[in-house]
Amino acid sequence: MPLSTQSDQGDGQYVLVASLDNVRNLSNILKAIAFKDHALFNATPNGLKVTVEDSKCLQANAFIQSEIFQEFTIQEDSVSFQVNLTVLLDCLTIFGGSTVPGVTTALRLCYNGYGYPLKLFLEEGGVVTVCKINTQEPEEPIDFEFCSTNVTNKVILQSDSLREAFSELDMTSEVLQITMSPSQPYFRLSTFGNSGNAHYDYPKDSDMMELFQCTKTQTNRYKMSLLKPSTKALALSCKVSVRTDSQGFLSLQYLVRNDDGQICFVEYYCCPDEDVEEE
Amino acid sequence: MDCILIGSNVKVLAKAVQSLSRLGEELYLEPQENGLALRTVNSSRSAYACFLFSPLFFQKYTPPKSSTQRCKMVIKSVQAVFKSLSSLEKTVEKCRIELDIEKSRLTFTLHCKHGLLKTHNLSFQDSESLQAVFDKEGCANTLTAQPKLLVDTVLHFPPSLEEVRVSVNDERVLFRNHVEDEAEQSKAMMTEFCLSAEEFDRFVVNMHTCITFCLKELRGLLVFAESSGLPVSLYFDEPGRPMVLSLTDSVLEVNFVLATLSEEGQPRNHNSNMRRVSEPPITDDFMNDDVDYIIAMEAGELAGDSDWPEPPRHALTPPRLHGAAGDQQESSGECEDEDGQQGAVETPVEESGRPPNKKFRSLFFGSVLPTPSQMSNRTLQSQEVLASDSEDEDGSPSP
Repeated sequence: MPLSTQSDQGDGQYVLVASLDNVRNLSNILKAIAFKDHALFNATPNGLKVTVEDSKCLQANAFIQSEIFQEFTIQEDSVSFQVNLTVLLDCLTIFGGSTVPGVTTALRLCYNGYGYPLKLFLEEGGVVTVCKINTQEPEEPIDFEFCSTNVTNKVILQSDSLREAFSELDMTSEVLQITMSPSQPYFRLSTFGNSGNAHYDYPKDSDMMELFQCTKTQTNRYKMSLLKPSTKALALSCKVSVRTDSQGFLSLQYLVRNDDGQICFVEYYCCPDEDVEEE
Repeated sequence: MDCILIGSNVKVLAKAVQSLSRLGEELYLEPQENGLALRTVNSSRSAYACFLFSPLFFQKYTPPKSSTQRCKMVIKSVQAVFKSLSSLEKTVEKCRIELDIEKSRLTFTLHCKHGLLKTHNLSFQDSESLQAVFDKEGCANTLTAQPKLLVDTVLHFPPSLEEVRVSVNDERVLFRNHVEDEAEQSKAMMTEFCLSAEEFDRFVVNMHTCITFCLKELRGLLVFAESSGLPVSLYFDEPGRPMVLSLTDSVLEVNFVLATLSEEGQPRNHNSNMRRVSEPPITDDFMNDDVDYIIAMEAGELAGDSDWPEPPRHALTPPRLHGAAGDQQESSGECEDEDGQQGAVETPVEESGRPPNKKFRSLFFGSVLPTPSQMSNRTLQSQEVLASDSEDEDGSPSP
C-alpha cells in the first residue's frame, strides 16, 4: 500500500492545469532558486510565482508568466500549495534534461486543489512518466515590504560583468559589502577575507551599467552564505537590477531569457547583516 | 615599490604565480633594484624557485626608496587576484602593484574592461630574504630544449609518479621513472623515454651521470615555460648536487633549483674534489656582508664551527647542505648569469650499479635579516626556524 494520504481522484476538476512543450523553461528557472527544499507555489491568472526562503533573511521568487505556458488554466483567483522543490526538480528532469536540440520533454502539470497531490505528466519521445508529489500546507511567505517608493539606490548591470565579480569573490569573507553612491566609488562590492580585502568598483558610465540611479551613499553588508544561492540566478540571467531601500534591504532582480527567447524574472531579497556607519 | 604592467604581461605574471604555487605555499615578494623577484620554497625545502622580472618588463617600475622591502604571503591569496586566468588577457588592461611596508599595504589594482576596477589589499608578513645559492654555470651538464619537448616527455609519466631518473651520455638523454625499492620494481610499470642529442637546442655533457629528482617541480616550471614558449635549460651535475632549471628572456629570468637524490655510498664531501668549492666557507663573511643572501653550506662544516642547534634526525630528507658559503655569490644573489660552461669537471662519476638510496640532499636555505650591521652569530641563530625546519641532519655521521 502506498503511504499516500492524498487521493488523486477527481481528474475532471483540476483547479490548475499548466502545459509546457519544453520543461526546461520551468526547470531551469526553478533551479535558480533551489537552495532550500520547500517551495511555495502561488498561481494566479497572470502566471506562477514560486517562493523559497532561508532563515527569514532571504527570499527568492521566480516568476513564470502564464504566456510562457502553452496552456494555463486556473479555476480560482489564486491557488497556493507547497511542495518539496528538490523532488519536483528531480521529476522535471526525470528524462535527464537532455540539451540535444530538437529533443524536449513536454510537461502537463495538474493540481486538484487543497489536499491533493501535484500531478506531473512528462513525455519525451512517446514515453510518458506520471509523477505525483504530495503537497504541503502552504506557509505564508515573509513580506519584506520592499516597495519601489522606498528604493534609495538602484543600478542595472549586464549580468556578464557581475558574474565575473561573483565568480572571483573571496568566499572566505563572511559578508559581501555593497556600496552604492552618487559619487565615487559609485557601485562597489567588497569582501574581507583571510587573505585581505578586495573591492570591485563599477563606474557609473561603464557600458556594463544600463541604469544608475543612486541618491544617497549607502554601505550595507550581506551574509555571503545568503547571497551565494543567487549566483545560480545570475548565471542564467542577462541583466540584473540591484536595489536597496532606506533600511538597507537588498533586492536583486534577474532577467532570464529562456530557450525560446521569452523573458522570466527571478528576484532575491536579502536582509542586511549589520549596520555600517554611513560615510 | 610601485609598478605597473600591461595586459599581456599580467598574464605572464599570473602564470608565474601559478607555476610557483605548484611548488610552495608561500610567495616571497621582493622588489629589487634589478627587478621584482617572486620566490618560493617547498615545504621540505628541497626545491626553490625564483622569477625575476626586470624593470623593463613593467610599464613603470619604481623600486623601493628604502633599502629593502620584502614580504611573504600565502600564494593562494595572490592566485585569487588572478583568478580567471584564461580570460585575464582579455579583461585586464593594466595592473598596478604597490607595496608600502610602512603602511603595511600590498595592493594589486586591476584595471579591467568596461571601467571595472578590482582592488585587492593583501595581508602579508614581513619576511627574510629567500635566496638559494647555486652555481648553474659550474654544472658539468647543460641541456637546453624547447618546452614542448619536455612537456611531451613528462606527459608519458603517470601523474602519480613522484620522481624521475635522468641519465645522460654523449648522444642521448634517458628519462625513466624512479622506483624506490626492488619489491616495488617488480610491480610497477616502468617507463623509459629516450631523447637524442639532436632534439636539444643545446647539449653539453661533460659528465655521464644519472640523477633522480622530483617531477612535481619540473611540471610546475613547464606550466610557465609552455605558456611563455621560452626554452628550458637544465643544469646538473653528479647525483646529490642540486639541479637548476632555468628560463631566460630579456626581461625575465626564472630559476628552479631542485635537490637530486644522492647515490648511496657516494662520499658525502664529494664536492671537495670540485674545483669551485675548494675554499672553506668563511662564516664571518656572509654574516657581516651587506648582502642578504641565503646560505647554502656544507652541513658538516657549518655544524662544526657554529652553535647551530642539533637538528632532529630525519631519515627521508636529510639536509645535504650543499654548495659552500665560500661559493662567493654576487650581490645579485643567484641572478648572475654568464653564459658558457666554466668549471667543466674533470672526472666523470663512476656509475655504481647500486640503486640509489632514497635520500635527497636538500638544498639548505638559511636566511639573514636585512640589518647587516647587527649581524652576528646570534642573529643567525635566531633565524634557526628557517634553518632547522624539517629537513635536517641525517642519520649518517658527518664526514
